Amino acid sequence: MLRDEDRIFTNIYGFEGADLNAAKARGDWQATADLIKKGSDWVIDEVKASGLRGRGGAGFPTGLKWSFMPKENDGRPHYLVVNADESEPGTCKDRDIMRHEPHKLLEGCLLAGFAMGAHACYIYVRGEFIREREALQRAVDEAYADGLLGKNAAGSGWDYDIYVHHGAGAYICGEETALIESLEGKKGMPRLKPPFPANMGLYGCPTTVNNVESIAVAPTICRRGGAWFAGLGREGNSGTKLFCISGHVNNPCNVEEEMGIPLKELIEKHAGGVRGGWDNLLAVIPGGSSVPLLPKEICDTVLMDFDSLKEVQSGLGTAAVIVMDKSTDIIKAIARISHFYKHESCGQCTPCREGTGWMWRVLERMAAGRAQPKEIDMLLQVTKQIEGHTICALGDAAAWPVQGLIRHFRPLIEERLAAGPMQEAAE
Amino acid sequence: MSVRRLHATQPESFAFTPENIEWSKGQISKYPEGRQASAIIPLLWQAQKQEGWLSEPAIRTVADMLDMPYMRALEVATFYTMFNLSPVGEFFVQLCGTTPCWLRGADDLKSVCRKMIGEQGDITEDGKLSWLEVECLGACVNAPMVQINDDFYEDLTAESFEQVLTDLRAGKEVATGPQNTRHTSEPEGGLTVLKGTK
Repeated sequence: MLRDEDRIFTNIYGFEGADLNAAKARGDWQATADLIKKGSDWVIDEVKASGLRGRGGAGFPTGLKWSFMPKENDGRPHYLVVNADESEPGTCKDRDIMRHEPHKLLEGCLLAGFAMGAHACYIYVRGEFIREREALQRAVDEAYADGLLGKNAAGSGWDYDIYVHHGAGAYICGEETALIESLEGKKGMPRLKPPFPANMGLYGCPTTVNNVESIAVAPTICRRGGAWFAGLGREGNSGTKLFCISGHVNNPCNVEEEMGIPLKELIEKHAGGVRGGWDNLLAVIPGGSSVPLLPKEICDTVLMDFDSLKEVQSGLGTAAVIVMDKSTDIIKAIARISHFYKHESCGQCTPCREGTGWMWRVLERMAAGRAQPKEIDMLLQVTKQIEGHTICALGDAAAWPVQGLIRHFRPLIEERLAAGPMQEAAE
Repeated sequence: MSVRRLHATQPESFAFTPENIEWSKGQISKYPEGRQASAIIPLLWQAQKQEGWLSEPAIRTVADMLDMPYMRALEVATFYTMFNLSPVGEFFVQLCGTTPCWLRGADDLKSVCRKMIGEQGDITEDGKLSWLEVECLGACVNAPMVQINDDFYEDLTAESFEQVLTDLRAGKEVATGPQNTRHTSEPEGGLTVLKGTK
């Protein structure tokens, strides 16, 4: 188990204040100027050495992403955009950072912005997080009043502005190019890539979009060294991570743990175990609604990191662990996830716009037993036609949970259909 | 994707209050020159806060303030689901029905809404309450939960939710956040980490 002294977010539950003085007492904003004076290459190298992979779901190496920003300024401003549009079902970690540890995020914005040559940063908070947005704005105001932001931010010689922006209820704006479109005042419809945001992003300028957690861990990494962070977890999957454990556990919670912690240990140590005991477990969605579920026999041994979960055809995603015990109607649970994607599809690409609704309707029928057995294969085939055929990953994210259901619970679906009213008609 | 249309009955006109006009200028100044369209979501949101819902005249007013074609503003207003295109109750309940909340009893909360308010979109006769099922609100470890106006009410049961609605309707103060013994997102019944901080 991770030792308390290796935890980055020591006020994640908000038992202490979120204000600047309390944050400084926890070590935030300590000699930030000294870190900046070591130069942008040093900051990027530390983050690269830490092995930090993006915490928003895709797991792209953060230091590498920062290094994609043009080294020479061609006259266009550079932007850092922080993705705080946290809406992946199961995920509620960035919310706690914004309301309880906002200064970690702001200091990270300064360091990251400096590393990529940006003087301005927009934090895009999801519309529903009204109180969290207010908490973040309070922190920004405090930081300006204390000289930590603005001209010569924190005495570093670097001018830096942070603006808090918000959405109005669209999951798709968590996709980086949709977020940029939304920030420009348009519908949140993802852009085709290339050009990538590092060349042509917000207002046509070089832009990097990062998740809240990725940015908020950067100051601690710079202070304690990339090697410290890399020493936690295992190679390629290093560091600490905020896990959100929800569903059928005794004590749902958020917790910061070491990457690669066994799933069973995570649930039993921190969430009070599965309701009714470990043997009552049916399945777990290990990384937010977009990743395929895992049946109990895999949950027994799997480790919680990017590569381990990939090996079992799932993913770490946002590390939002959704636990389902044996009382769960698993077909209905996945049907509800499909309804989510149907609701959140932006409507730009046909396979996703039409396919998400189609999958949802079929799954609802299957949950009620009103489908023919051959429709299982048809459904699987349609998921393959959606996956990889859309501009952004929402199509994939809608297809994977359904594929996971069929992969692991096909006999259950067949059993339900065999007992349903359409069986006789088929014969 | 959901089909969203403007309400059949629209008011004659809309005007921001002087305070909101000042506030809008502050918002627009966050964005570079010529990029004032970026402020459309905050401005539409403020219009909705002022009137309770978003009317066509309000959308036109905001478009004019930002020098945008009306069509572009209408696109934004209909794309983002937090814009209420028809009137809602004084206490507008957004009930999360996505899987993490559903697993922990969101259906029970829906029954409470049906009992106390009616079907989705209905406004109670006293104008106090209306409700809508929405997708994940991002408080999954405190499921099931609802958002009422600006605040989250978490760790609900059918009984505690009914109490929250009754108290709000009666004009009483109601504590926001978890409705059980939890502080925020820590495990109930004792911390497993950071025990020194409490």
